[in-house]
Amino acid sequence: MIKLVIQRLALGCLLLLAASALIFFGIEILPGDAAQAVLGRSATAEALANLRAEMGLGRPAIVRYFEWLGGVVRGDLGVALTNGVDITSALADRFSKTLFLAFWAALISVPLAIFLGLLAVRFRDRWPDKMISAITLTLISVPEFIVGYVIMFFVAVKWQLLNPLSIVTANMGVFERLEAILLPVLVLTFVVLAQMMRMTRAAILNVMESAYIETAELKGLSRFEIIARHAFPNSIAPVVNVVMLNMAYLIVGVVVVEVVFNYPGMGQYLVDHVTKRDVPVVQAAGLIFAAVYILFNMFADIISILANPRLRHPK
Amino acid sequence: MADTLVDVRGLKIGARIFPPGEKPKDIEIVHGVDFTVEKGKVLGLIGESGAGKSTIGLSTLAYGRGGVELTGGEVFVNGRDILNLKGGDLRTFRGHEVTYVSQSAAASFNPAKKIMAQVTEACTKHNLCSKEEAEARAVTLFTKLGLPDPENIGNRYPHQVSGGQLQRCMTALALCPQPDLVIFDEPTTALDVTTQIDVLAAIKEAIRDTGVAALYITHDLAVVAQVSDHIMVLQHGRMVEYGTVDHIINTPSEPYTQALVSVRSNIHEEKPETGDVVLKVDGISARYSGLKFDVLKDVSVELEAGHTLAVVGESGSGKSTLARVITGLLPPHTGSIEFGGRTLSADLAGRTKEDLRELQMIYQMADVAMNPRQTIGTIIGRPLEFYFGLKGAEKHKRIVELLDEIEMGEGFIDRYPAELSGGQKQRVCIARALAAKPKLIICDEVTSALDPLVAEDILKLLLNLQKIENVSYLFITHDLATVKAIADSIAVMYQGELVRYGPKSKVLNPPFDDYTDLLLSSVPEMKLGWLEEVLAHRKMESAGN
Repeated sequence: MIKLVIQRLALGCLLLLAASALIFFGIEILPGDAAQAVLGRSATAEALANLRAEMGLGRPAIVRYFEWLGGVVRGDLGVALTNGVDITSALADRFSKTLFLAFWAALISVPLAIFLGLLAVRFRDRWPDKMISAITLTLISVPEFIVGYVIMFFVAVKWQLLNPLSIVTANMGVFERLEAILLPVLVLTFVVLAQMMRMTRAAILNVMESAYIETAELKGLSRFEIIARHAFPNSIAPVVNVVMLNMAYLIVGVVVVEVVFNYPGMGQYLVDHVTKRDVPVVQAAGLIFAAVYILFNMFADIISILANPRLRHPK
Repeated sequence: MADTLVDVRGLKIGARIFPPGEKPKDIEIVHGVDFTVEKGKVLGLIGESGAGKSTIGLSTLAYGRGGVELTGGEVFVNGRDILNLKGGDLRTFRGHEVTYVSQSAAASFNPAKKIMAQVTEACTKHNLCSKEEAEARAVTLFTKLGLPDPENIGNRYPHQVSGGQLQRCMTALALCPQPDLVIFDEPTTALDVTTQIDVLAAIKEAIRDTGVAALYITHDLAVVAQVSDHIMVLQHGRMVEYGTVDHIINTPSEPYTQALVSVRSNIHEEKPETGDVVLKVDGISARYSGLKFDVLKDVSVELEAGHTLAVVGESGSGKSTLARVITGLLPPHTGSIEFGGRTLSADLAGRTKEDLRELQMIYQMADVAMNPRQTIGTIIGRPLEFYFGLKGAEKHKRIVELLDEIEMGEGFIDRYPAELSGGQKQRVCIARALAAKPKLIICDEVTSALDPLVAEDILKLLLNLQKIENVSYLFITHDLATVKAIADSIAVMYQGELVRYGPKSKVLNPPFDDYTDLLLSSVPEMKLGWLEEVLAHRKMESAGN
């Protein structure tokens, strides 16, 4: 089993390497380069050539890729073209804010989704099941920026309960911060709830067909005991997979929500620099998003392996 | 009747079925059955599939599997009408008074939990006793049921013990709450015959020692005769006959019971050797990729034209692998196969269309071996078209001939597999194999999924067709009664090796090697006290050694 886990880890590293190459060369083939971006369209050919030489852009892409990769491994993501700020420290700050938002969204949505999934199975095809499905599916079907603005309109503008914008500053306490991010957390929860809930429901229903569920029923266990004690432990693998995918989405997919609520996280940072064609920042942000996805999927795989009693306890 | 434990009166059970293309309809599957079980006694329920045995058994737990509903009648357990129990009362009743042992313990144990937790769960959930007490009971039961390392086996997960051991664990699970009645639903049917005898003995002893009453459900009269006090014979949801074991086995009064008793006693007369060898398997060794050991070890057999070679063995003996090697699905790493005077290519891709035509196969599961969306005519017509290029009226004529040969007739030509019974489906598969005019048909457990009386008809049909077509059969089976009924020669396999091989008269008669002796003596016989006799005999022999 340890061999399997190590295999997954190695595979994750390999995937990350491939992703980094894709990001670097993907941006490389776009028309224009960093020098052009810095100097703008009206720059003279001479000025461009000078800057290119200065930035080392004349050398082959493959050399620059490994230089960049070497920097990444040392924790140096380079310098933003537009304002000359060190990307690593700027990103670290933004990323920690995004993680803070995603953490609270996950803390609320994952247990809620699993509980609603269990509830839906318990009352399968009866009104609670149908209501849970209807509400979560409606919430996921509406684009998140609309959900965001609607909530903002009612909670902040009409009823004036909270500040519409989620601006956090360095000198805010934890509770102030939590209050500030309440609305985006709510929107994010709505976005990820439906899929996790539906998957939990489907995975458990699948297990409920098994003969050992009948054994439990004939032991006289109550329906909820059967679901929680016998069905759920056997549906962990598929549930973990979808949970991890949604957690990755919480971190990577917050772009829209952060912009809507003006929250100073990764998403907003990325959007700002894309408009300015700040290539090193876009590359760095892309790499971090890729790493998050790969990491969470790797977690999902490893947890699935650990959850399998046949692999955990070989003969 | 002070000692009546279970009293079932006028039990009717219905189910909702969903025929394709029609509205769902309600049918009755059990039409008013009455019986009683006395305290500490064992009642055997016997019948073929669809007779309603399991459904009746589960009714004493007030449980209907799938869409099954108890539509009429009364079930009293300990004087209480259990069909009217609700909620918590019903759950406590199920956890304590009546328990259930299913056919497949492997599927009935939760793979994610340790055996001990599952065995003691009913006790602790219903506060029947403390956790320590429940675990002590479990260890006592493990010991009584002859499980190895009874102190620690509970700490294992279900996949860490063998099938036979798990079936005993399931019996411990059922006995742990000290119920008044245990329902055994085909508890040994899925086991190998040499394992079955030990589990059967363990169950019997456990029933005797704990004084529990039991309903023992099975299709195998010889098995139920070993453990029951009374037997109830069921057919199509009705009781056919009820009596003591002695009465049912020795002096059955109903024709159906008589047929059940005499089934499997057919012995096929061995044909003389002719020297006309069709198939010669020479020194085959094979392994599956990824495995570090051979699953077939130096196997050599021969089969003559118009003869039947039965390959017999338990699960894992390599008998099905031998079929895969002969059909070319698994190329062996050493050895060769001669067929019809030529050497066959080891792998399927290298074989000619003629090779393929002359070697046909029939499978255990007729259902899944046919395309459910094709008519019987299309299914049988396909090899006619593929191998002989028959079309139109000519093809139709041949299909009708084949349908006549399998005793079904032209009327089936436009029917779909789903409309056929299990036996009829297997007949269609036989016709499809025969359509290619093969020299050899490999029959892989073709009667194992069928009821005994249906299986007997299929065997008779195969023997008849052999006479007409002079086709050879390589007959793979785990069932020795089937072997006796069809084989001319026998190959006994054990863990990939050929342990005994020769004409039937030699293989089935002493002197035996150890494994064949064990195998033959493990086959349940339809007589009272057979189990005790065998076990006593074995004890004596091992003491003698």
